[in-house]
Amino acid sequence: MRRFNRIFTIIVLIFLYVPMIVLAVASFNSGNDIAVLKGFTLSRYSELFRDGVLLPLLGNSLIVAVLSSLSATLLGTMAALGIHAMGKQLRQLTLAVTNIPLTNPEIVTGVSLALLFAFIGQTLKINSILGFFTLLIAHVTFNLPYVILSVLPKLTQMDRDLRDAALDLGCTPIQAFFKVILYEIMPGVISGALMSFTMSLDDFVISYFVYGPNFITLPVEIYNYTKKPLHPKIYALFTLLFITILMVMVLMNLLQARDEKRTNQARRIFSAGRRRVTT
Amino acid sequence: MSKHLIDLVGVRKTFDGEDALKNINLYIRDGEFLTLLGPSGCGKTTTLRLIAGFILPTEGKILIDGQDVSNVPPYKRRVNTVFQKYALFPHLDVYDNIAFGLRIAKLSEDEIDARVNEMLEIVSLKGFENRRTTTLSGGQQQRVAIARALANRPGVLLLDEPLGALDLRLRKDMQNELKRIQQQLGITFIYVTHDQEEALTMSDTVVVMDRGHIQQIGTPEDIYNEPKNAFVADFIGESNILDGVMRDDYLVEFFGRKFKCMDKGFGKNEPVDVVIRPEDIDIVPADAGHLSGTVTSVTFKGVHYDIIVDFKGFKWLIQTTDHQPEGAHIGIKLTPDDIHVMKKTEYSGMYGDYSSYSAEYDEINDPDAVIGEEDEALPQEERDEE
Repeated sequence: MRRFNRIFTIIVLIFLYVPMIVLAVASFNSGNDIAVLKGFTLSRYSELFRDGVLLPLLGNSLIVAVLSSLSATLLGTMAALGIHAMGKQLRQLTLAVTNIPLTNPEIVTGVSLALLFAFIGQTLKINSILGFFTLLIAHVTFNLPYVILSVLPKLTQMDRDLRDAALDLGCTPIQAFFKVILYEIMPGVISGALMSFTMSLDDFVISYFVYGPNFITLPVEIYNYTKKPLHPKIYALFTLLFITILMVMVLMNLLQARDEKRTNQARRIFSAGRRRVTT
Repeated sequence: MSKHLIDLVGVRKTFDGEDALKNINLYIRDGEFLTLLGPSGCGKTTTLRLIAGFILPTEGKILIDGQDVSNVPPYKRRVNTVFQKYALFPHLDVYDNIAFGLRIAKLSEDEIDARVNEMLEIVSLKGFENRRTTTLSGGQQQRVAIARALANRPGVLLLDEPLGALDLRLRKDMQNELKRIQQQLGITFIYVTHDQEEALTMSDTVVVMDRGHIQQIGTPEDIYNEPKNAFVADFIGESNILDGVMRDDYLVEFFGRKFKCMDKGFGKNEPVDVVIRPEDIDIVPADAGHLSGTVTSVTFKGVHYDIIVDFKGFKWLIQTTDHQPEGAHIGIKLTPDDIHVMKKTEYSGMYGDYSSYSAEYDEINDPDAVIGEEDEALPQEERDEE
C-alpha cells in the first residue's frame, strides 16, 4: 500500500511538472524543433533580454502586479478588520459575498467588468476608457478576496486580549492597530500580498477583456503570439516566469512554516502551565 | 484608606439581552486589596472589564476619583490590567513590553530606562531584558505582565485571575509576591479569582459574587465567620448547613434540640439556616455529646481526616485530626461559638448537605424533630453538590 502511494505521488508530480520541464529544456535547445535536441545554448535568453517588445510588456505586467497587489492588500486588510469586528451572522453573510468572485468563472468576471467599464465610459463620455486604470481596477477586484481570506484567520487566531492590553496601556484604537495588531496579522498580510502578486502577474482571462491598446500585459501579448508559430525565446520567458512564481510560492511557504512554529511555541508554554494545574 | 477611589453605582450589564450584572453597588478604597470572588459566570470578570473600560455599562455609573468615567475609553483611564493569559506582545522583548505604555505616554528614553529597570527589580527579572517573551516560563511571563501594567504607575491595578495558569507551588510564591508588591507600592489592587483560599489569603476586602449579584462584602474573617447566606457559607470553605428555628435571641433550635448561640435580632420562631464549620466540631464519646451519629465514610486529607457522620439521616462533614473508624458511633459537642445563624434566602436548601458524599443517598427524615413542621422541603434536584 505504501509503495503504491509513493508510485502514485510520483506519477502525479510527473503530470504536474513534465510540461514545465519540457519547456525549460526547450528553452536551452539550440535547435528550433522541440522534438529534436540539438545542443545546449543560452542564446534564447540573450535574445529575450535584447527584445524590445517583450521586455516592456513584462515591465507592464510587473507594474500592474505590484500596484494591484499593494492596493488589494491595503483594502483587503481593512475589509478583514471590518468583517472581524462584525457579529457572527453578518460576518458569515459578508464572507459569502466576498468569496463569490473566487468561484465565479473568470470569463464571466472579465466580461462583466468590460461591460461595466464600457457603461462608465459612455456615461462619462470617455472614448477609450480601457487601459492601465481599468486593468488595475480589475486586478484589484479579483485579488481582494485572496487578501481577505488570508488576513481574516490571523485576526481570529489572535489573542483578543492583545488589543485590550494595548488600549489599557494608553493606545488609541489606531495606535493599537499599528503597534500591536499589525505585527500579529503580518504573516497573513504578506501571504495575501504574495498571492495577489502571482495571481495578477499571470492573469490572462480577465485582463484580456479590460486591457486597452496603449497598455498591454505580457500574458495578453503572448496569447497574440500563439496565433503565429512560437519563437523559442518565448520558452525562455516562460521558464523565467515559472521560476519567479515558484520562488514566490516557496517564500510564502517558508514564512508560513516560521509563523506556525512561533505560535506553536507560545501555545506550548501556556498549555504546559495549564496542564500542571489540572493534574 | 478611607477615600473612595472607585465607585460603582447601580451598574447593570447586559450581553445579548441577558443580565451578566444586575445591580452592582460597590466602592473601593484607595490602597486596598479587594478581591472579586465567585464561580465562573458570576460576573466578576465583567465587573473588572467595566472598570478597565473594555466594555461599557448598560445602566449605572462608574466613578474613578469621583469623576464619572462610564463612557471614557480604556486609554484615558488611570487603571492598568494584568490579563489571565498575560497578553504580552509577542513581537517585543521583555524590555520593550514593559516600556510599551511609557513609550505611548512619550516619556524620555532616560526616564523609560529608569522605570523599566525599577520594574524589573520589583518583579525580580533583572537580566531578562532582551529575552523574547515566548521563551519565558509561565511564571516569568506573569511577572512581565505585572511589570508592564505597573510601569505606567496606575492608580488601580486590575488583575484577572492572574495566577490561573500557574502550577500550585508557583501560585503560592506569586501570591506572596503580589501582596508584597501591593504593600510596597501602595497601589489599589482589584483581583478577580474563583479560588477562595487565594481570596482569603491576600485580600483586605472580599466581594463574593454569584449570578450577577454581590452576595457579601467584608474582610476575609467576616466572610468566613459570618457568611450572609448558604451560598457564601458553602463557597467559602466547607459548611454543614441545617434548617433551624430561632426560638429567642441567642437561642436556636435544630434537630429537636435547643442550642445557645451568638446571634440575635431575628424574629421569634423565625426559620433560619444554621452553619456549622466542619473544623469547629468537637468529637466526644457517643453518650457525652449533644448529638450522636454513625461514621459512614473516612477520607485522609493529609493534615486532617474528612469524616462523614450520619445524624438521623442528615449527613455532616467533620474535619478531625483523630482517626475515627467507619461505622463508629460518636457524639459531638457544639459551643455557642461554633454555631452561626443566617436568614433564609433563595439559596437555602441548595448547599451544605453532605448526603451525596456516601454511596447510599438518604432523604432528610427526622420525625422526632420539632422543627420538622416549619421545614421547607429540600429541593433535591437543585442540590448543587460536586
